[in-house]
Amino acid sequence: MYVYKCVSIYSPPSPSLSCLSDHHNRPLPCVPLSESNPVVHLRETRKRRGSFVVSLSATMSACKDQDPRIHGIKTKIRVVPNFPKPGIMFQDITTLLLDPKAFKDTIDLFVERYKGKNISVVAGIEARGFIFGPPIALAIGAKFVPLRKPRKLPGKVISEEYILEYGRDCLEMHVGAVEPGDRALVVDDLIATGGTLCAAMNLLERVGAEVVECACVIELPELKGRDRLNGKPLYILVEYH
Amino acid sequence: MFAGENGLQGDPRLKAISEAIRVVPHFPKPGIMFQDITTLLLDHKAFKDTVDIFVDRYRDMGISVVAGVEARGFMFGPSIALAIGAKFVPLRKPKKLPGEVISEAYVLEYGTDCLEMHVGAVQRGERALVIDDLIATGGTLCAAIKLLERVGAEVVECACVIGLPEAKGQCRLNGKPLYILVEPRK
Repeated sequence: MYVYKCVSIYSPPSPSLSCLSDHHNRPLPCVPLSESNPVVHLRETRKRRGSFVVSLSATMSACKDQDPRIHGIKTKIRVVPNFPKPGIMFQDITTLLLDPKAFKDTIDLFVERYKGKNISVVAGIEARGFIFGPPIALAIGAKFVPLRKPRKLPGKVISEEYILEYGRDCLEMHVGAVEPGDRALVVDDLIATGGTLCAAMNLLERVGAEVVECACVIELPELKGRDRLNGKPLYILVEYH
Repeated sequence: MFAGENGLQGDPRLKAISEAIRVVPHFPKPGIMFQDITTLLLDHKAFKDTVDIFVDRYRDMGISVVAGVEARGFMFGPSIALAIGAKFVPLRKPKKLPGEVISEAYVLEYGTDCLEMHVGAVQRGERALVIDDLIATGGTLCAAIKLLERVGAEVVECACVIGLPEAKGQCRLNGKPLYILVEPRK
């Protein structure tokens, strides 16, 4: 039996222009949970010009205030056992893409969160980040930047290596695609260990962009990828335990 | 069939789209003038116009599935699918899709490659649009058409942002109509 826990991440409204707030603008709810306690992450972010900003994000399971669209989304994600290798329960989002309403709801949830927040670039991680990133970018008025496996991008690139369970891999970004001061959102379908997202953030920060948030449809919280994001906030729609 | 000769004559959006595409010489190998659409994706207006042109064309054609060819077809297909209320089906390189797939091999300049689609993603009788960033020889698009037809779908049209000279004069691919926005830049 596979249980999907519903998750919403709330950030309270902040006086800072660069902080994100829950689109309902509600204070952070405290709901005692039967299975686990809410995990609260305090993140201190220093703004580029030296002022101090604190953003609070909380991961909650089975939150009673969750958006009603979340349920429709999580039920559309298919789990494929033992892919790509034995023991891995693969989270297949292609079945979500087959449901126009659920797919639209997924995009809408991200767009509602990021519209009007001055995000100038959405960076999507190859290849499933290419499915969610561009519709978000188009809707919020941002450019889309593909972050790709080696030797796919033509012309001048910068590379960031990252560690896999066995071995290494590499993510590349075009030189000149992102500029200093760009406010960036990183998008992928899923966060597991956080290695790929970390590499993505490094690429963006190396060229002087500010990574505002990482956004994924699915999180595998037991792999603690959230802790590998150098304190950057993570917004997800669905957890898989 | 080129958009600029069929219904969009003089449309200024086409010129802006063409100019947003970057040519990278000798990639991935000497002699190839690579048409790089990533610069189009950096131009929000031109990118939006690209999607809008396809959406305007396909919204009333009863299309229930948009099939995008990995990986650059993924950058255009989902937005079109969302806007016209169709599902999006990724057509992928081998061993990327989990679960049961059907495969179609196709010929490259040297050797062969393979495109895969999930079993059950597309039903018999569905009307499908195939999307990729560029058509060169048409080999990949032909494989895409075959995958969809093998499960009983009707391919209404193949749509690409760029059409190379080899594709020019081909209004049809495997008997299927082809719709292209721009020619390659020099």
